[in-house]
Amino acid sequence: MAEPLLEIRGLKTHFATEDGIVQAVDGVDISIARGETLGVVGESGCGKTVTALSVLKLIAMPPGRIVAGQILYQGRDLAPLSTAEMDRIRAKDIAMVFQEPMTSLNPVYTIGEQIAEVLRRHEGLSRKAALERTIEMLRLVQIPNPDKRVHDYPHQFSGGMRQRVMIAMALSCSPKLLIADEPTTALDVTIQAQILELLQEMKSRFGMAIMLITHAMGVVAETAQRVVVMYAGKVIEEAPVEALFADPKHPYTQGLIRSIPRIDTAATRKARLEAIPGVVPSLLKPPPGCRFAARCKHAMPRCRDAVPPLLEVGGGHKVACVLYQPEMAA
Amino acid sequence: MSEPLLRVKDLTKNFKVGGGFLSRNAALVHAVDNVSFDIQPGETLGLVGESGSGKSTTGRCILRLIEPTGGEVWFEGRNVAELSAAAFRSLSRDMQIIFQDPFASLNPRMTVGAIIGEALTIHGLASSKQAYADRVAQLLETVGLQPDHMRRYPHEFSGGQRQRIGIARALAVEPKLIVCDEPVSALDVSIQAQVINLLEDLQAKFGLTYLFIAHDLSVVEHISRRVAVMYLGRIVEIASAHDLYARPLHPYTEALLSAVPVTDPKARRKRIVLQGEVPSPINPPSGCHFHTRCPIRKLPLCSTEVPRLKETASGHYVACHLRS
Amino acid sequence: MVEPQRAARQFSPWLDAWRRFRRHRLAVASAVILVAMILSILFAPLLWKVAINDIDFTARMQTPSWQHPFGTDDLGQDLLARMLYGGRISLAVGLSAMVVALTVGTIIGAVAGMSRRWVGPALMWLTDLFLSLPALPLLLLVIYLFRDALKAAFGPEGGVFVMIVVVIGGLRWMPVARLVRAQFLSLREKEFVEAARALGASKVRQVVRHILPNALGPVIVAATIDVAAAIIAESTLSFLGLGFPPDIPTWGRILYDAKDYLDIAPHWALFPGAAIFLTVLSINFIGDGLRDALDPRRVM
Repeated sequence: MAEPLLEIRGLKTHFATEDGIVQAVDGVDISIARGETLGVVGESGCGKTVTALSVLKLIAMPPGRIVAGQILYQGRDLAPLSTAEMDRIRAKDIAMVFQEPMTSLNPVYTIGEQIAEVLRRHEGLSRKAALERTIEMLRLVQIPNPDKRVHDYPHQFSGGMRQRVMIAMALSCSPKLLIADEPTTALDVTIQAQILELLQEMKSRFGMAIMLITHAMGVVAETAQRVVVMYAGKVIEEAPVEALFADPKHPYTQGLIRSIPRIDTAATRKARLEAIPGVVPSLLKPPPGCRFAARCKHAMPRCRDAVPPLLEVGGGHKVACVLYQPEMAA
Repeated sequence: MSEPLLRVKDLTKNFKVGGGFLSRNAALVHAVDNVSFDIQPGETLGLVGESGSGKSTTGRCILRLIEPTGGEVWFEGRNVAELSAAAFRSLSRDMQIIFQDPFASLNPRMTVGAIIGEALTIHGLASSKQAYADRVAQLLETVGLQPDHMRRYPHEFSGGQRQRIGIARALAVEPKLIVCDEPVSALDVSIQAQVINLLEDLQAKFGLTYLFIAHDLSVVEHISRRVAVMYLGRIVEIASAHDLYARPLHPYTEALLSAVPVTDPKARRKRIVLQGEVPSPINPPSGCHFHTRCPIRKLPLCSTEVPRLKETASGHYVACHLRS
Repeated sequence: MVEPQRAARQFSPWLDAWRRFRRHRLAVASAVILVAMILSILFAPLLWKVAINDIDFTARMQTPSWQHPFGTDDLGQDLLARMLYGGRISLAVGLSAMVVALTVGTIIGAVAGMSRRWVGPALMWLTDLFLSLPALPLLLLVIYLFRDALKAAFGPEGGVFVMIVVVIGGLRWMPVARLVRAQFLSLREKEFVEAARALGASKVRQVVRHILPNALGPVIVAATIDVAAAIIAESTLSFLGLGFPPDIPTWGRILYDAKDYLDIAPHWALFPGAAIFLTVLSINFIGDGLRDALDPRRVM
């Protein structure tokens, strides 16, 4: 099997707060192959955004800290790199698109200047060449009249358009990996469809891998090839997308899928939604053992002894649950 | 058919934007444009639309949190717009609202008990301090929280719990109609299910009527009996939830339905991806608002004449020149 | 059924703010110093019973000694006693002027913030007008016009006190009004205020129960700065010879008297100058601490 493009091993990112240390990401293993779309799914507080920001070292280093683990990009560990060395990797190799296009773009510069800045910095283009490339990128992401709009300011664009600009900026240096953190959550559903389709097009054109972070299972089902499910700072399930939805193994994944009303069946079969009781545990003092045990209807005494490891159960499907690990001593 | 609990007729709301103290050229935002619908007692009407559709403004106009520019709102046969201040006060006992943002909808400097019990104080519904405390405790339990939570402050609770507090606050006056303005949009998926189930239980228990406003079609279809679709201030289609999904008539509804991601990887169907952006409500397109993005439009009809809501099948109304 | 996340902490927002204030070491130190000064000003005269106007030509301009811990002035009057007395006046003026500015500013700001039609812009226009008035000439004008009338009404000391408080407070309400109006404009659109309206709350109830408590944060910070500014204003007036009558030893007045003797008796000017400096500095640091503690971004 080819070497993965990005391999995160045992990543632990902690934050020092006035209430104590928040273990936002606590031992996470994720790998992405070249040209693959990986969906990272989880609810708020599960650590998916912090994981993504850790890859690009965009976490404020106090109060955050990468306490342990390796982030291997093409075999090279990014965790100990300096800011200068990381700068060479950002945008050129790994690019990121954020959730809020309103706040991700600088309101006092035109979008042309912002995209061109990336090109001049990382590819060393001249001003004129950068402008031409910028217009080309805008055309690629289907912004109408790109030669005129390149001189517009962010507030002159709608939400969907701004997100396209962000994507254009991220792709301008042809990165090998694009991390998209909730790229469509702030957008209307019809615009979301446009953006997701655009991402697919860009992916096939540039042959890049995408790490798509979202809390919407539907988005993941429609766009991802493989899915990682996170809960309370840990990965609890990983599988190819069809296997995950056809046969979700972890009780949290099952609960999550069952609690979403399905538009194709909602109106005909008015079943009551199966809600997961309780709330996500605090990451200040996480419970010993499986973090989902308090809300799990299959919980056993064994669950609270130790955190179940993420083990493969066949076909690339991995689960971290004692239900699938009978050999573990009680 | 029995008398509707709420009847909205040609409701219109325009906002002035720009224009200072002495200037005259202010632009007009046509947020709500001649919206009409009925809600029967005990039913849930879903109001769905994207940003700029005017659905939230419609909800607030019904409660007169925003004063409508035109049109009528009839509650139990009484014209809401013509009520005196005192009569309108008593109307707030019949109609209530639940907000979207669980963080901004609770006063951070009031205890949970004070927040929930404020209605009791305003309307004099508690005869004694003990009666007040008992009622607040009862409301907390109804929404799945503990009575001793009433001494705590909102910032100590999670988003889902805060939303429950907001629901308890709305229930305090024993309303007949509750306008739910995107009540689960800001919550995590697994918490959404909890709150949706709670709303359904409360409806069954207290015989409540809901106007459920949301942009998430799946949630709306699940909880509503009938659904109205709004686009740029106008209603484009009203039908039962089942019919809307099975036989959408308006091209916007079709596109909306096909854009909703489904949690089934095998169902990766061909989407109807609409071209272009949602037009600005300050300068909406002439005639049918949707014609600039419509895949089946026929000019010049669609750009000159405003389509009216017409009944095409029993209970199924659509506003489209070509489909009705 | 479900437990809130932080069950151990059940602090109200005010207690939370107090905790945050405590972490600001400079502010806490300043608060301690200020409280010490206030206490000594209030209670020390009970122990130090020397009169403020005991003229004693034999003890002129003495440097600090056991008999006169702060030294004496050119008439042999004890400076410590005069400083204590003057401190009372300065603080009283500072606090009263702050109350006047706060009250007027809050009322105007609240009315302007809640109005939706012409009242708001009209009040703000008035505020801008007052802001553009030159403070010192106006002060002089008011003093010239009303000094005698007020003296007749409230007695020589009282009259001047009222005049100074009104003048200083009356020229400092504008920033408060602007601040309160800005807070009101943003708060009245908040959903919890809308919820109160939906419940049937009257406008008064919305303002008093919902908006004001949440608007107070920045206003409290502004208030502390007002006290400091008022003390300086009073000292300036006295220094210019326009404030209290010459026999009342406010700190500014003592400075005024001492300014001609700086080379012979520097201690005379040093003490009141240091007192003013210390008071104003601690108030400003306290204001800093309060601003962090009451930061509205955190609470909302």
